[in-house]
Amino acid sequence: MSRPEFIAPPEIYYGDTEARKYTQSTRIQQIQVDMTYRALELLNLPHDQPAFLLDIGCGSGLSGEILDEAGYHWVGVDIAPSMLEVALEREVEGDLFLQDIGQGFGFRPGSFDGAISISVLQWLLNAETSHPTSSPPHRLTRFFTTLHSALRNPSRAVFQFYPSSDDQIQLITSIAQKAGFGGGIVVDYPNSNKAKKVFLCLYVGGGGIQQVPQGLEGDEEVESTAKFERRRDRERQRANSGNRKSVKDRNWILKKKELYRKRGKEEVPRDSKYTGRKRRPVF
Amino acid sequence: MVRLITHNLLACHARGCTSNNFPLRFSDAQIETRKADFNADFIRAFMPKLEWSALVDAAKQLGDTSLPLEAPDMLDEEFLKNLHRVLLEIHIEEGSMTCPNCNHRYPISNGIPNMLLAEDEIA
Ligand SMILES: C[S@@+](CC[C@H](N)C(=O)[O-])C[C@H]1O[C@@H](n2cnc3c(N)ncnc32)[C@H](O)[C@@H]1O
Repeated sequence: MSRPEFIAPPEIYYGDTEARKYTQSTRIQQIQVDMTYRALELLNLPHDQPAFLLDIGCGSGLSGEILDEAGYHWVGVDIAPSMLEVALEREVEGDLFLQDIGQGFGFRPGSFDGAISISVLQWLLNAETSHPTSSPPHRLTRFFTTLHSALRNPSRAVFQFYPSSDDQIQLITSIAQKAGFGGGIVVDYPNSNKAKKVFLCLYVGGGGIQQVPQGLEGDEEVESTAKFERRRDRERQRANSGNRKSVKDRNWILKKKELYRKRGKEEVPRDSKYTGRKRRPVF
Repeated sequence: MVRLITHNLLACHARGCTSNNFPLRFSDAQIETRKADFNADFIRAFMPKLEWSALVDAAKQLGDTSLPLEAPDMLDEEFLKNLHRVLLEIHIEEGSMTCPNCNHRYPISNGIPNMLLAEDEIA
């Protein structure tokens, strides 16, 4: 099976059809949501403070919805207009930007309290153009340098990604280091072909002696479900603890839908008994 | 959905554009206001990140003159609520943002700014 990043540039691969297919697949939803929770755990934000986050390669907002649910304010950037369009339809709360992360960011120093990126970084390893400034190392350098400066000191950036070789991991970590980041790679379920997940955990500041967290071990099938469920509960509790924006309830959603309908927006989902219910993973 | 909270963090990232590249200037802005949940702690914690005069200026470009020229030392509830409204409830839906230094124009369509650079503008 060929990887998406070998097939076409991202903004082409994630065209209208694929953007919808991707976002509607319950299997993909489940995987992206679980990885977002794990990324948030690795981000290890202080519990009692509000945070302003960057979602790198936010796509159609599967990861962003978790940030909304947890009460964070966020900004999302993505190169695929069709993905961003789906994100708008899904009414995510973050501010969205059409942006090629390989061209770097213009955010002022210290703008964000943290960053997450779910299933994106591998795209930077496959530059489609032959333009000299577009070689993967050049793009990675521009990306990590401008990201480093956009993050507050101290803070973290956590990337789940799909490297296709150890050389790629090596290349990415060495460029991130040169850009000023500390940190390293965390591998969850390293012995499982199916459940194995690679996370790059980068640190800004913090004295430079932060230890990279341990990867998860064991039998993913049973464990992670239980873990993620528990984590979701915990996240919800935290979100309810008052210091974040409040989590959306049914009335809030109904009000918002009404508003969108009034503004003449098409395709506002109809109200049903499911409106405003928590989405749970399906097994 | 670009709002003044992110506009205030955004400088031009075109090649060679490293000074006088902030704040980006709005033109032909079409705005919409939408209620957002108020969180006093979030707004208070965000204050140090803001470039105040750039915010006052940007709000004025959008027709909002409610902010004081200088950021107050005492952050009372009324001030925080108004700041919340300016930062999080005004959405710039259409228009563009232009760099004061290199004049690169970032168009905004459907609330999404297009930050893509042409090949010869990439640093
Ligand atoms: C597998 S999707 C993940 C989307 C989202 N993070 C999620 O978890 O559902 C990968 C995303 O990376 C985006 N992407 C790829 N290369 C990019 C680049 N150079 N700049 C910005 N986004 C990029 C794609 O457009 C796509 O939306």
